[in-house]
Amino acid sequence: MDAAHEPAKEIAPASHEDHVPAAHDMHLGLYLGVGGFLIIATGVTVLLSYVDFGSRSRNIIIAMILATIKVGFVGAIFMHLKGEKKTIWRFLFFTAFFVAGLFLLTLLHFSDPIFNTGYNHH
Amino acid sequence: MQIPYEIQARPDTGLYNAKLGIWLFLASEVMLFGGLFSGYVFLRMGADPGYWPHGLLDVRIGALNTAILIASSVTVVLAWASLKMRKFRDYKLWMGVSILCGAIFLFVKLTFEWPVKFEHFGAFIKKDALGHYEQYLGNAHLAEKKLDPRVEISGHLHEVEIQAEGVDHAKLETFLKAHDLEAKPDAHDPKVLTIEGRHLTPNVAAKLERVPGVKVEAFVLGLDPVNAAPTDPESDKPHFWYKGPTEHLGKIERKDIEFYSAFAPKHSPYFAIYFTITGLHGLHVLAGVIVMIYLWLPITGGANMFRKNPEHLANRVEVVGLFWHFVDLVWIFVFPIFYLL
Amino acid sequence: MATEAATHTHHDPGHEDHQHYQHWIWKYVFSSDHKTIGIQYGLTGLVFLFFGFCLMLVMRWQLARPDTVVPWIGPMMAHLETWLNMHHPLAADGSPGHWFWLRALTDIFPGGKLSPDGYNSFGAMHGTIMVFFGIVPVAFAAFGNFVVPLQIGAPDMTFPRINMASYWSFFISCIFMSLSFLVPGGAAKSGWTSYPPLSGIADQGQGIFPLGMEHYIHPFWNGQTMWVTGMVFNITASLLGSVNFIATIIQLRAPGMTWMRLPFFVWAQFVTAFLLLLAFPPLEAAGVFQLMDRAFDTSFFMPTGLIVSQQLTHFSGGGSPILWQHLFWFLAHPEVYVLILPGIGMVAEVIACNTRKPLYGYKAMVGAIFVLGFLSFVVWAHHMYMTGMGAKVAGFFQTTTIIISIPSVILLTALLLSLWGGSIRFNTPMCFAASFLPMFGIGGLTGIPLAFNAVDLYLHDTYYIIGHFHYVVAPGTIFAIFAGIYHWYPKATGRMLNEFLGRMHFWGSLIFINGVFFPMFLQGMAGMHRRWYDGGATYDRLSGAVVWGKTGIEWNGFMSTSAFLLGAVQLLFIWNFFWSMKYGRKASDNPWDATTVEWDTPTPPGHGNFTHPIAVYRGPYEYSVPGADKDFSPQTEPPGDRNKPPSGAPERTLHEVEVAHS
Repeated sequence: MDAAHEPAKEIAPASHEDHVPAAHDMHLGLYLGVGGFLIIATGVTVLLSYVDFGSRSRNIIIAMILATIKVGFVGAIFMHLKGEKKTIWRFLFFTAFFVAGLFLLTLLHFSDPIFNTGYNHH
Repeated sequence: MQIPYEIQARPDTGLYNAKLGIWLFLASEVMLFGGLFSGYVFLRMGADPGYWPHGLLDVRIGALNTAILIASSVTVVLAWASLKMRKFRDYKLWMGVSILCGAIFLFVKLTFEWPVKFEHFGAFIKKDALGHYEQYLGNAHLAEKKLDPRVEISGHLHEVEIQAEGVDHAKLETFLKAHDLEAKPDAHDPKVLTIEGRHLTPNVAAKLERVPGVKVEAFVLGLDPVNAAPTDPESDKPHFWYKGPTEHLGKIERKDIEFYSAFAPKHSPYFAIYFTITGLHGLHVLAGVIVMIYLWLPITGGANMFRKNPEHLANRVEVVGLFWHFVDLVWIFVFPIFYLL
Repeated sequence: MATEAATHTHHDPGHEDHQHYQHWIWKYVFSSDHKTIGIQYGLTGLVFLFFGFCLMLVMRWQLARPDTVVPWIGPMMAHLETWLNMHHPLAADGSPGHWFWLRALTDIFPGGKLSPDGYNSFGAMHGTIMVFFGIVPVAFAAFGNFVVPLQIGAPDMTFPRINMASYWSFFISCIFMSLSFLVPGGAAKSGWTSYPPLSGIADQGQGIFPLGMEHYIHPFWNGQTMWVTGMVFNITASLLGSVNFIATIIQLRAPGMTWMRLPFFVWAQFVTAFLLLLAFPPLEAAGVFQLMDRAFDTSFFMPTGLIVSQQLTHFSGGGSPILWQHLFWFLAHPEVYVLILPGIGMVAEVIACNTRKPLYGYKAMVGAIFVLGFLSFVVWAHHMYMTGMGAKVAGFFQTTTIIISIPSVILLTALLLSLWGGSIRFNTPMCFAASFLPMFGIGGLTGIPLAFNAVDLYLHDTYYIIGHFHYVVAPGTIFAIFAGIYHWYPKATGRMLNEFLGRMHFWGSLIFINGVFFPMFLQGMAGMHRRWYDGGATYDRLSGAVVWGKTGIEWNGFMSTSAFLLGAVQLLFIWNFFWSMKYGRKASDNPWDATTVEWDTPTPPGHGNFTHPIAVYRGPYEYSVPGADKDFSPQTEPPGDRNKPPSGAPERTLHEVEVAHS
């Protein structure tokens, strides 16, 4: 490779590939925008936790919905899940299903005990 | 021997090996944190009214750390995009910022968040003695508002009162010297010795109790705001801007205490799961920072790899980025669950 | 192509090895070659299988002859104890000093007899070792590592160095488990399930341990804590391995190796790897919780007001032992399928090869194994009927448990029907594979009653359960492992195992293993509890059932005799295994005339596996194809005229052959 053709100081790759994406192809603005949204949403989460929605569980549900939306943006945009290959989506779907199963089925434990077993009372 | 599809994607799956590998790993991480969080939900659902503490963490620090992690997620993705555009200097800049963010996150956690908790004192009051401490607990007020009762008094340990009689003075002196404490006869009650000192943490108090002959009578605390003014509506809320213990002193008899400890993992299932999840999360942050430093430092060949095969370096950064976003994603759940709700 | 492969076979396995000399440490110890790692996993696993079996023999002696001196090991330990007492007596505070490790062993056999604590410890460690250190490493890791990349035509795993890390993480866990026998207090004794609160307080100092040992039980280096730590390393190894397996199967299939051309063993490993990947992490979480409980006195699993030895424990309380059970069984039920699926896969390979006909219902089997894997995640609480769950919850898990028997039956039926009309070669691997079917059948069918809450309440923790799951795993998976070893041994070593010794090994194993496990059903139904350290001797005679002239506990003698004979028969295998390595008949590259791709390598395969580019043109089991020149058509053999592009392989894949191997 001819060293004279290298830009000063900048390290250049060995071969000049024919397809190097330009800035607007890489959605840099989108990344910054999502980052800004996430930080604002964090502030909103804090503020909402001060608002009394009537019961503790409603506050929890609202905060969890907000967190899920934030996580959705991280996954879809930062982790490129939007437009990711089918192979990955498939096993992530099953993972999500099994996590849900783990949560819901362990909680069934509280729904229908034969009697108050008393294992957990101060 | 060359393993196929290390850099180029396999045509039918559209994936290169490491990308599939990291996603599989992340799937198992989802199950790991799923297991941890389901433990959280299970313990919280099973806790008796009042035994799941609220408002013991500093929301400001938590929110700051959340913002730092989100910012580092943005910079990692920018570092990857810079490599895709073959701009090596931009990559170095963004990667450096990401590493810095990760390091700040850990620094904040290990200097401002955790250490103060290990010196904070909390005592669960026995059920039949709750009435004696109404002035610190405000349970009548809470019952009126249909809120969970308060069962714990917390604050900064000010002094420990022990029985003067029957003390093995030699052993006590050795202990006090070793822990930089001093004992004084109580001004009002000659039967009581008061033990004070800057290093009087809950752990030291527990050790003091194990010194032969020592019988602890009472603990005197600089109460937390929630116990100093239990009927203040501010204290009804699930959390507060944590202001630290007040100058308001409160005294708890040893015989009324069911269990006391620092705000350490053994304090309660709440702190147990808080330290476990944030600790494991912190280990993930540390691992991410180490790998990013490896890809960033000149000596480990980021530049060499960029010259030889920029796509390979971009792939590596994408993979570590995926891991880093996952760490961020976990924290987005950790923050409201532990700090706010 | 074929002649070229033949000339390379014995002289030049993996031509790259000529270019850079590898030190033996990198070649055989810290190797990243999937075959070496597979063999490392296999040998370690077999050693642990034998060790776990020996623990069981001591227990079986104790059950048959309660409180008598255990042969061989008993007198040895009694002598050692006398010697220790003479030369290194206990200190005044009970401290054993520097000889604590030997004292830990002699404490198991005071006076040469197995102590109750020793029995508990052996029971817990037998279960742990057999499941996590014997069967999974051999059936999943060893065969998966050795066979899967060969069967899909890959040069290695996708991440060879992670593969090596997996083995060494497993090795660390082995060290933890083995050394835990040598610490004061002995190895873990809370059962292989490590249920809290027992496991939370076991081997702890602080006045809880009843034997006055609190002075010298170490807060970290004690049996239960080492068990948890070892498990965390073991789980890490499994996770690293399963990521590798899945990525390899998805990414490194040779050109033309489409999904429906995968041998069934690869499917089985694929599903198993997913089970490990997604079911193990919750146990890792639970393991971390238990480690916190033990090391930092947290109360994840410690209920409020826990009293041990008339003392309130030092825990804050507020935790739940049920949480452990949920997280544990969330892994441990899929783990059952982790134990059996690779076995079914191996049996399928051996049956197809030795009946000389395709597997019956290959597609249905693939479907069934996926349904099985999926359902295995939603049945776990059928291990927990005794925890006080109500009818609705029990009803849910009862239903899913019954549904999961459907795919299991599909698999078994397909394998059984595969025998139909075949010209069966009854060589040793086939004997083991064929006997797998009824043995696994017994194990499966005896599980059906256990799925029902009402029946399980009676049979829970009896020997019926022990019989049930041992039929699945011992004459089930272990027979499948033997079938696999006899089948693939020639590929790994270049020699055949001795056929006569193999037959002896098979018939002895089949007869005596049934002698051990079948009476367990009778004992269990008579109500005999699984954890009686004296075999129920203190209960004199169990009421009721006299079967074939014996009451429940009277069967113990018969079963233990069978167990010792079973052990004796395994010596034939061990002898055969090492003797044949040197003196066995030389094996050709494809000694069984099999169709799958692993037989298209030199024997043993060199680094990089294949000496020529691999392309796959047909399904995995094209045996006795009408009109073919021989009774097997290897997957790599192009159909018809070699000059024409074969119809089975698209153009693109042929191009890929060049790319992948250039």
